[in-house]
Amino acid sequence: MDTTQLKTIDIVKQGLERRYRAERRFRRMGLAAILISLAFLSFLFITIASKGYSAFVQTRIQLDIHFDPQIFTEGDIGAADYPRLVKASMAAMFPTVTGRTEKRQLYALISSGAAFQLRRMVLEDRALIGTRQSVWLPADDDVDMLVKGHLEWDGGRLTPAQVKWIEHLATQGQLEKKFNTTFFTAGDSREPELAGIWGAVSGSFFTLIVTLLLSFPIGVATAIYMQEFAPRNRWTDLIEVNINNLAAVPSIVFGLLGLAVFLNAFGLPRSAPLVGGLVLSLMTLPTIIIASRAALQAVPPSIRDAALSVGASKMQMIVHHVLPLALPGILTGTIIGMARALGETAPLLMIGMVAFIVDIPSGFLDPATALPVQIFLWADSPERAFVELTSAATLALLVFLIVMNGLAVLLRKKFERRW
Amino acid sequence: MNKKKLALSAAAAALLWATTTTPGISAAARDYISIVGSSTVYPFATVVAEQFGKTTSHKTPKIESTGSGGGFKLFCAGVGVGHPDITNASRRMKPSEYEICFEKGVKDIVEVKIGYDGIVVANAKRAPQLELSRKDLFLALAKQVPDPQGAQNVVPNPYKTWKQVNPALPDVKIEVLGPPPTSGTRDAFVELVMEHGAGMFEWIRALEKSDKNQYKAISQTVREDGAYIEAGENDNLIVQKLDANPNAMGIFGFSFLDQNADKIKGAQVDGVAPTFEAIADGRYPVSRPLYFYVKKAHAGTIPGIREYLDEFTSSKAMGPEGYLSDKGLIPMPADEHEQLRSDVEQLKTLRIDQLK
Repeated sequence: MDTTQLKTIDIVKQGLERRYRAERRFRRMGLAAILISLAFLSFLFITIASKGYSAFVQTRIQLDIHFDPQIFTEGDIGAADYPRLVKASMAAMFPTVTGRTEKRQLYALISSGAAFQLRRMVLEDRALIGTRQSVWLPADDDVDMLVKGHLEWDGGRLTPAQVKWIEHLATQGQLEKKFNTTFFTAGDSREPELAGIWGAVSGSFFTLIVTLLLSFPIGVATAIYMQEFAPRNRWTDLIEVNINNLAAVPSIVFGLLGLAVFLNAFGLPRSAPLVGGLVLSLMTLPTIIIASRAALQAVPPSIRDAALSVGASKMQMIVHHVLPLALPGILTGTIIGMARALGETAPLLMIGMVAFIVDIPSGFLDPATALPVQIFLWADSPERAFVELTSAATLALLVFLIVMNGLAVLLRKKFERRW
Repeated sequence: MNKKKLALSAAAAALLWATTTTPGISAAARDYISIVGSSTVYPFATVVAEQFGKTTSHKTPKIESTGSGGGFKLFCAGVGVGHPDITNASRRMKPSEYEICFEKGVKDIVEVKIGYDGIVVANAKRAPQLELSRKDLFLALAKQVPDPQGAQNVVPNPYKTWKQVNPALPDVKIEVLGPPPTSGTRDAFVELVMEHGAGMFEWIRALEKSDKNQYKAISQTVREDGAYIEAGENDNLIVQKLDANPNAMGIFGFSFLDQNADKIKGAQVDGVAPTFEAIADGRYPVSRPLYFYVKKAHAGTIPGIREYLDEFTSSKAMGPEGYLSDKGLIPMPADEHEQLRSDVEQLKTLRIDQLK
């Protein structure tokens, strides 16, 4: 007896140090896993932010524009020769520039969007005609890149003469970096200094509205029926397996389905947010159904029994008691599904939403693109300035995703109930 | 709760109703031009579309980048507002595509050549300047090359460095980043460089007549042992990789060289450097024409098509000093441009015998 007792405790003591070590190792491994993923994440954030932050300012050049009444004499003032106003002002500032090539180089410093800005100004206020105004106009993207230090001062895309003019403008205080409002208000453009994300953001907005309106009610109704009403038999098992399967199907497949059904069979227009929303709601539905079923299942049976015992009908029991209690979980699942839909490009490729669209979409049938698609399109553009725009648009997308996922966490924290 | 559910289901019903009735709406009219096609032409077509949208009262055309082949597929699917009006292409339409178009009712097609694009072989600016011939490129990149001993048969490509290919070249590992087989740039590179390089060997050229399959296998197959790296369609990525690795070479369109002249430089091919002028006058051997195709039937029904054609073919866009040349498109000679403008104005349609 004595010897065996001693033996057991000895064995325990012998192994104790080893077990402690194993536990410490186990904990450190977990910590290391988190640190590694944090390192990757911060590397991603830092590279994107360091490349993209410079896109939030934009180089602008101050010009003295004389709204020469002679240019506006004939016909429609919207069709007047606005580029000439810009050129005249540039020529007046550098009177020594004469030759044809030199003049072309000089005019190339100002963005082609400058003329459109003047046109907007005149259309808003006709009293400007005949006056002299000092206007800040966007510089060409090459100038912008040079000023921001992404291009070398010599041997780059700009000629020595152009560099000299830029230096002259800078010393005169007529060249400044200002906050880039264009980036937040404009649609796509092939001139980096005129391109913005607003078109893509509104496209994403319309698409997600359709997705939400379709997938939320259908998803919740499906979950309620499956969880509360449906009998357990072979058919419901089959449906359940299929829903779970659907959640794992690669998203491009939904795009192919959308192309075949919504575009070819129903004849809906290409590139419309309506179709994008339909396709994305097919993709989001399984996520919402699975999350909603889990949330409904977590409501304890005692609540159901209590409601039924005081005479509530089954529908009253669900609508008055079970659904409100399950709603935080359902909403969390919905928001996470929507966040996934926001970041999706592959299914949109098949239905024509990967496209160059300048005009801001104003409805569900206007041609539109989406934010991640815009990032994809800019990443493939030859102009150097699109590199920083790509990163800046990625930052904007990340902000939206963080807000949505943060909202999901907040909802869960606020309304979560434990039994 | 009841009210909320009711509202939700009403919204869903309204949306479903909108879904089922919209075909009528969309079929009735489309007030913007719909363009599909080549990703090579995309950067040029989008510039014109933007100018067109800003300077006329018409809406800005919508341009999808689907690739040349994908563009023809959509374009030839039929006539009507549900189908695109214009398709861009980095190669000429094939007779088989013309026939498919014809069967589906797309009978009158206007072909517009917009200019030329050079394909460059470039490396990092700090790397040595290379002078390549098309024969060198063929020997460096083909899967099978003629036996270095001189016999008239092919062996799997044994060359590891450029010096082995041609003693005049530096002793650097062959490492070329280029487009994948789905790309029009790859097709053009194979046709203009590989086939031409293979043709430098008399006996391979003779094969074209005697054994066409064998000829194609030799002259059109790019090596797959890692010396040629398919870098995807993203040419910006290739530029970044070249900048990081001075030993690597890259194959892409001239506009990317033009925009990144501070990071990379083009190799001379057959003694000619890939400059704007050399491509324009045809001295640089690796260049190809770019096109777009218009459905004549749509020119009357979709607003703005004629004006878009006018904008695209105007000399302020396509001319030697036009805004497209600033984006890297190589303009065509003046007399060809004049002919084109008059053809486009009359909407001269394409005949199948022109494609053969």
